Amino acid sequence: VETEIYPMAGQTDPHVSLFSPEEVEFMAEDELVEIVPNMNMEPLNFIAGDFGRFIPQIPIQVPLWLAVALKRRGKCTFRPPGWLSVDNLTQVLEAEREPQSKFQALPFSYVEIARLLFDHARDDIPDMYMVRSLVEDIRDVRLHKLENNLGTFLGTSAVKMENVSAMEVNLVRPFARRALEAFYKHDKPEVVADRNTRSSRQPREANDEPRRPLRQR
Amino acid sequence: MASSSDMGSADFESLSSTSDVELLKRAWRNEKAAPEILPYEGDLVERAKGQIELVEENIEAYVENGIDPLVVSLYQMDLDRTQFLLRSYLRVRLLKIEKFMFHSLKSEEAESRLSEQEKVFARRCADDLAKHFEESVLRKLPENYQSVLKQSLISEVDDMVPEPHLDTFVACRSKSHFTLNLYEEGESTQTEEMYRGDLYFIRYKIVKGAIESGKMDLI
Repeated sequence: VETEIYPMAGQTDPHVSLFSPEEVEFMAEDELVEIVPNMNMEPLNFIAGDFGRFIPQIPIQVPLWLAVALKRRGKCTFRPPGWLSVDNLTQVLEAEREPQSKFQALPFSYVEIARLLFDHARDDIPDMYMVRSLVEDIRDVRLHKLENNLGTFLGTSAVKMENVSAMEVNLVRPFARRALEAFYKHDKPEVVADRNTRSSRQPREANDEPRRPLRQR
Repeated sequence: MASSSDMGSADFESLSSTSDVELLKRAWRNEKAAPEILPYEGDLVERAKGQIELVEENIEAYVENGIDPLVVSLYQMDLDRTQFLLRSYLRVRLLKIEKFMFHSLKSEEAESRLSEQEKVFARRCADDLAKHFEESVLRKLPENYQSVLKQSLISEVDDMVPEPHLDTFVACRSKSHFTLNLYEEGESTQTEEMYRGDLYFIRYKIVKGAIESGKMDLI
């Protein structure tokens, strides 16, 4: 994975996300989900916490990564979370499509959770194709909304976001950083003027962006 | 509509004890997102290393005793996840040290953020780099321009030392209720009430303290 060779790439290269999609998914895999085991197993005493014991037909909450591992070995079925249903997602999509609407409440890691369930537990989700199509549509509408309106501006120091999800934050981050830094600098002309007159004496900012080839004119 | 109870449990630290994996994840995430090196989480790293060693031994014992391979593979997964977090945390810090080599040795405050091993690494890197610059370029320049840290003798500050860009904007989430000053002293006194779970894109400089004290997380 490229980002492990260059773990700092996301900080300096303005076009690369800070976290790779794999890393965003990794973080989401700690979310608790409900499964129904079909076997007996002793409690698991992980560094991440204690889970079990596992008893056939008795639902239990475990981290997503553990649930997927058990499902892949045929040891359990998933109980899809309440928000991942045709009814709920249809309501969410309609609300997202309202002009000028805010972001609807969805789990912070909804994209990653949905994706892992579609990949590994499609038979446990009623109307899976419909659900998947709704999630894709919701992602599109929200991403489009995000490009136009990040949130509520608080002076030039901050923007408050509501109900933006992990994947969406990571995607919009490089653009948001550049835009917000530009707004902030504009708002403080005396800082900019100082930099111009003392430019040869200012501490440099470390910058290892790859050199872009100059455009032919 | 989805209820707030299934909005995601693992992101909020529970009121009972938080696992070291959660703490490590937080430390890793913060370190990746912060423009400067954060204070070293020595206790956490030591505890994590201890737990990792223990689990490695257990897994060896399980395999020898013929424990169900499924159970062994699950323990291995938990171990792999923890090791990834620990290694990536240390790697991100090393890269930042390389990037801000001279800067992290300039002040006691900056040096105090590094572990003992990181300090050794930083000093050796800085010495090697300084020597390389001197031998390949600086000795051949006129006398006033031979410093590794300053452009010339008339520079007032160490203008050849790259510094972290603290005015960058970061995404973060509040973990408790508190009042945040949106600007620095001498500027506007506008404040904002932060509530648990609120998300912001915000200037790193003004949340630096809140992150180090655990009131906010970088995301």
